[in-house]
Amino acid sequence: MAERIVQITVGKISPRLGISAAVLIAVLILSALVAVVSRADGDFALGPSDWSAVRFTIWQAFLSAFFSTILAIPVARALARRRFWGRGFLVTLLGAPFILPVIVAVLGLLAIFGRAGFLNDILAFFGFAKVSIYGLHGVVLAHVFFNLPLATRLLLQGWQTVPAEQFRLVAQLGLRPSMVFRLIEWRLIVRILPGAFALVFVICLTSFAVALTLGGGPRATTIELAIYQAFRFDFDLGRAAVLSILQLGVAGSAAGLALWFIPSVSFGGGLDRMQRRWDVRTVWSVVLDSTFIVLALGFLILPLLAILLSGLGGLADVPLAIWGTAWTSFWVAMLSVGALLCAALPMAGWIATSKRAGVEAVGLLGLAASPLMIGTGWFILIHPFANPADWALAVTILVNALMALPFALRILVPTLRETAQTYGRLSGALGLSGVALWRCVLLPRACPQIGFAAGLTAALSIGDLGVIALFADPDRATLPLQMYRLMGSYRTDAAAGAALILLVLAFGLFWVMDYWGRRNVIAE
Amino acid sequence: MLSLNKIEIALGSFRLRADFQIEARQKVAVVGPSGAGKSTLVGAVCGFIDVLGGQLILAGQDITDAMPDKRDMAMLFQDNNLFPHLTIAQNVGLGIRPVMRLTLDEKSKVNDALVRVGLGDLGSRKPSELSGGQQSRAALARALVQSKLWMILDEPFAALGPALRAEMLDLVAEVADETQAGVMMVTHAPEDARRIADSVIFVVDGVAHGPQATTELLDNPPPALKAYLG
Repeated sequence: MAERIVQITVGKISPRLGISAAVLIAVLILSALVAVVSRADGDFALGPSDWSAVRFTIWQAFLSAFFSTILAIPVARALARRRFWGRGFLVTLLGAPFILPVIVAVLGLLAIFGRAGFLNDILAFFGFAKVSIYGLHGVVLAHVFFNLPLATRLLLQGWQTVPAEQFRLVAQLGLRPSMVFRLIEWRLIVRILPGAFALVFVICLTSFAVALTLGGGPRATTIELAIYQAFRFDFDLGRAAVLSILQLGVAGSAAGLALWFIPSVSFGGGLDRMQRRWDVRTVWSVVLDSTFIVLALGFLILPLLAILLSGLGGLADVPLAIWGTAWTSFWVAMLSVGALLCAALPMAGWIATSKRAGVEAVGLLGLAASPLMIGTGWFILIHPFANPADWALAVTILVNALMALPFALRILVPTLRETAQTYGRLSGALGLSGVALWRCVLLPRACPQIGFAAGLTAALSIGDLGVIALFADPDRATLPLQMYRLMGSYRTDAAAGAALILLVLAFGLFWVMDYWGRRNVIAE
Repeated sequence: MLSLNKIEIALGSFRLRADFQIEARQKVAVVGPSGAGKSTLVGAVCGFIDVLGGQLILAGQDITDAMPDKRDMAMLFQDNNLFPHLTIAQNVGLGIRPVMRLTLDEKSKVNDALVRVGLGDLGSRKPSELSGGQQSRAALARALVQSKLWMILDEPFAALGPALRAEMLDLVAEVADETQAGVMMVTHAPEDARRIADSVIFVVDGVAHGPQATTELLDNPPPALKAYLG
């Protein structure tokens, strides 16, 4: 009988480790939830400021998702039908905001749209009044900066699924751009846009660092920010707990709804390939496309250039302590990557071979639970036994890994599923199972995806400004937090220098790990 | 007449040369080993692949750089000849005028074409509700209403069985005769060529050799063609 069992499991990925990892993660999240609930004893009454935080959270997420997706249509359309010098670079650049540390991007946006920014200089030159970036429109602007490229990439993927013959047919029949839009493009937009909208909406619901830096005040506070304020300024754990439950309710239900919409996100390459088009030579369409390409390029690249320029100037002003903090951030990020891979690989293996579709939802748990809710929960758990500040970095490592988990699973599962299907029988015939199966078949096959997921986690982790802001004391900080403190004390030059260091670290780590993965890809 | 004057086609590192003429209303088959460049040749003739050098002259007009819809050619591809979300009648209608609303007169033209290819009562169906052979018929109906000087076929019937393929080839020949069009057809089956082609263009080793009478060529093949035919 024992041999029969071996026969069945041979060549297949054992679900045991994956289930254990999933259970462990559920326990980590649920224990935080239990702690939060226990603390929010009885006093669930929500004040007017709480309701305005809920309204603001939903409204800003809606506006951010709306503008990101609507503007993505003409940008993606232009990129899909134009070949031009630097197109590959621009498409690659679309991937940059996703791994760009939020606080760095905010500094870049301030340099362009802020009080003393580029835009206000131009307005002043023509005699217009200054505009302020702080408040609702600033928050939405920053969210669009991050998510317009994401939505554009999703749409570009859709354009690539159109069979090449359809564009040839269109050329053959001499269809005008408006007909091409009705016949082909409108259909793919309708197919992809709701999912893109849902994804951006959910991401923006739990946005913290943007609200912290560009929002604030009674009229521009998100729930996430309200948790932080209740915690840091009032040290009112009960109120923080109530707000955490509120956040879980809002973000959790949105993530649950979005589950049906969210498209499979391909973060990988291949988007620089493009289909040959013949239907796009009218002057009007050239002007239209050029305008949107130039605007998108400017919107993306000007803040990055501003960081680069002011950062180089500010490097000399960077306090010595920053380098120590950078080192801390570095190893925190590395440990996050380690924790992520330990959880993501077995979970992805389990999801890839499971027949039940619902299993995939496990991966989205992290998207529903907000970092500050988990942080609050664990703070409450740790508080009676130890000084939570001592645990700040450990909690940060775990939460960062948790936040990267949904993305890592989306990256890893398709490859592992394909490998299991293609080589499952061969592996079974050779008697490969367990560790040997992972070492000989799965890991080598999934190398590029593992490198990519690791790079993404490293970049997200090193740039994260979330739980650490909740826990840290003056002695313990990560680079983003230190940078935020420099900005808060108006040491703009030093902050710019720190931003450049952070930028180089985030992009550098991503590049190194992604490169490692792609270098080890097996030649077919 | 369709003239390929010292045409040179580049696709990556692949090069293909062609220098010959085809008489109007001729039916020619393009044969050759896989990867020799048969599809590349017809793709270039239709304007989907750039030519590096040489001239393409159709009925006295230089069409080397003309857009695909300005070449007086109707092309049938291997797959995806129909928009899956449009009805058969709408798909055929696009061949008359590239708009969605047709006049009554044009609609009856579409209907005539559908009747002609044997799809008279299927105009309101979607392509997915039709068999592979019926989809090919619909594409042919569109070529019929397009009524161009040349019909260019890139193995559109490769997925059909032998009997059905023969049936479709006969229909192609009939449609071409009715619209007084020439036919240029990629195929890997010599029996297809024998069935409808007056002459054969043999593509091998980066060269498309000018058309030669089908029976003579296939009965006395030169060494390269003999190696391909087996």
